[in-house]
Amino acid sequence: MSLNDTLLAVFGGIFGLLAVASIIGAVLKHRLSPAAPHDVIDNLNARIKAWWAMILLIGAAIWAGKVGVITLFALISLQCLREFVSLTHTRRGDHRALVWSFFFFLPLQYYLIAIDWYGLFTILIPVYAFLLLPISESLGADTTRFLERAAKVQWGLMICVYCLSHVPALLTLDIPGFEGRGVLLVVFLVLTVQASDVFQYLWGKLLGRHKVSPAISPSKTLEGLAGGVLTATAVGAALWWITPFSPLQAGLVALVINVLGFFGGFVLSAIKRDRGVKDWGSMIEGHGGMLDRVDSISFSAPIFFHIVRYWWVV
Amino acid sequence: MPVDRLIASLLCDFAKLLTGVRGIWRGSEPNVRPRVYFANHRSHVDFVLIWASLPHHLRAVTRPVAAADYWLTSSLKRYLIERVFRGVTIDRNPRRDHPNPVKQMGEALAAGESLIVFPEGTRNPDEGLLPFKGGIHHLYRAYPEIELIPVWIENLGRVMPKGSLIPVPLLCSLTFGPPLPRLEGETRAEFLARAHSALLALAPPPD
Repeated sequence: MSLNDTLLAVFGGIFGLLAVASIIGAVLKHRLSPAAPHDVIDNLNARIKAWWAMILLIGAAIWAGKVGVITLFALISLQCLREFVSLTHTRRGDHRALVWSFFFFLPLQYYLIAIDWYGLFTILIPVYAFLLLPISESLGADTTRFLERAAKVQWGLMICVYCLSHVPALLTLDIPGFEGRGVLLVVFLVLTVQASDVFQYLWGKLLGRHKVSPAISPSKTLEGLAGGVLTATAVGAALWWITPFSPLQAGLVALVINVLGFFGGFVLSAIKRDRGVKDWGSMIEGHGGMLDRVDSISFSAPIFFHIVRYWWVV
Repeated sequence: MPVDRLIASLLCDFAKLLTGVRGIWRGSEPNVRPRVYFANHRSHVDFVLIWASLPHHLRAVTRPVAAADYWLTSSLKRYLIERVFRGVTIDRNPRRDHPNPVKQMGEALAAGESLIVFPEGTRNPDEGLLPFKGGIHHLYRAYPEIELIPVWIENLGRVMPKGSLIPVPLLCSLTFGPPLPRLEGETRAEFLARAHSALLALAPPPD
């Protein structure tokens, strides 16, 4: 199958599923509460609507090619970093470090993907930002909770920029027999991990009884976790034909990234709980903020990147 | 002037894009009754955000109260504050021969317009809230029919702190609180303390 035919088949399938989901949502709304607002159903329908927009956006980025995918994820990083820094406490002395983070490290990280400079891409934030940002913060001459503040800025950059940038970086991997099809790895990663989120939500709503950790997330249940991760692992295995993996390999890789994705949502929930909020923002109707939507991708993307790089790139 | 209004609306859109501001009405609704919105003050563009998060029909009748010693120092600033934002520029340390600030603000209220004031009187470079100046008490006493609405601006101080030139694109939230109740037999100090704590109550818990 040519790349275009594969993409058409995958996106055709997703649009079909979204159409089915939209119809189910409309029927549920009609059956359960046609006139009055209904929290769960209305939120479900808002989520489905947002999915249409998100899938169309990803489709458009892929259609625009490498630059499109890089630009999309750079903008996602920008929005996530805004949400992250807005919710964590920073002081005046951090301003300089924030300016560097937003206007230097974020664009440079994505530029390095565009020019395919792997060596610097992989150490820019863990080494250079890690050393230079605290220097810039110390020039603010404010020592109040210095370590904590420096750590927060670095953490935000790692989660929102460094980790997420590994998604478009998949386009730079040279896999024998898979030339020019790197974008399908992006599709595989995003679809599998997002399917995991969707199925965790569905299984949790249908069967959820036992909370994983009420202190961290009131909505995450063991039933949702197991059902979601296993279903999405099956989704990943079923997508083997768009990847360089065998069906078994695709299933194993999917399992790893789904488990990591779950813990991504879990860790970021712990931060939200600590700050006393439910969502990172209000950008995506029904989902909360951008970071609420991509926390699982942030945790799984670097590991997925390195699994593929280690075993499939010669 | 349509050009002034166009510039105003463009600046509001820009501020919204830059700050992602969302207005949260908690205990009051946006309506046209003459009001005094009183907010914490972190940067010179605070009032633009309050203005930007008001519905269009309220923007036209809501005027920021701004310090003459900052806004009337260059022709661009003067143009922005007088024509674009239709601000009431007051002298923070009025001399006898200058117009009385309370009287200037009162004229706007009497004309059915609302005001945006920053009772701290100056930008606060740190967390929390500085003690209030007395002007808001004069307004409260002299205009019994107006509502005083506390507005907490979160994060704007971090977007562009005092002394920095480059804004960072953080998200801001504005919380509009309930109108301050009118109490009888209250001293000036008691009123100022009550207004102060009503505004501080809208701030997120400190860490």
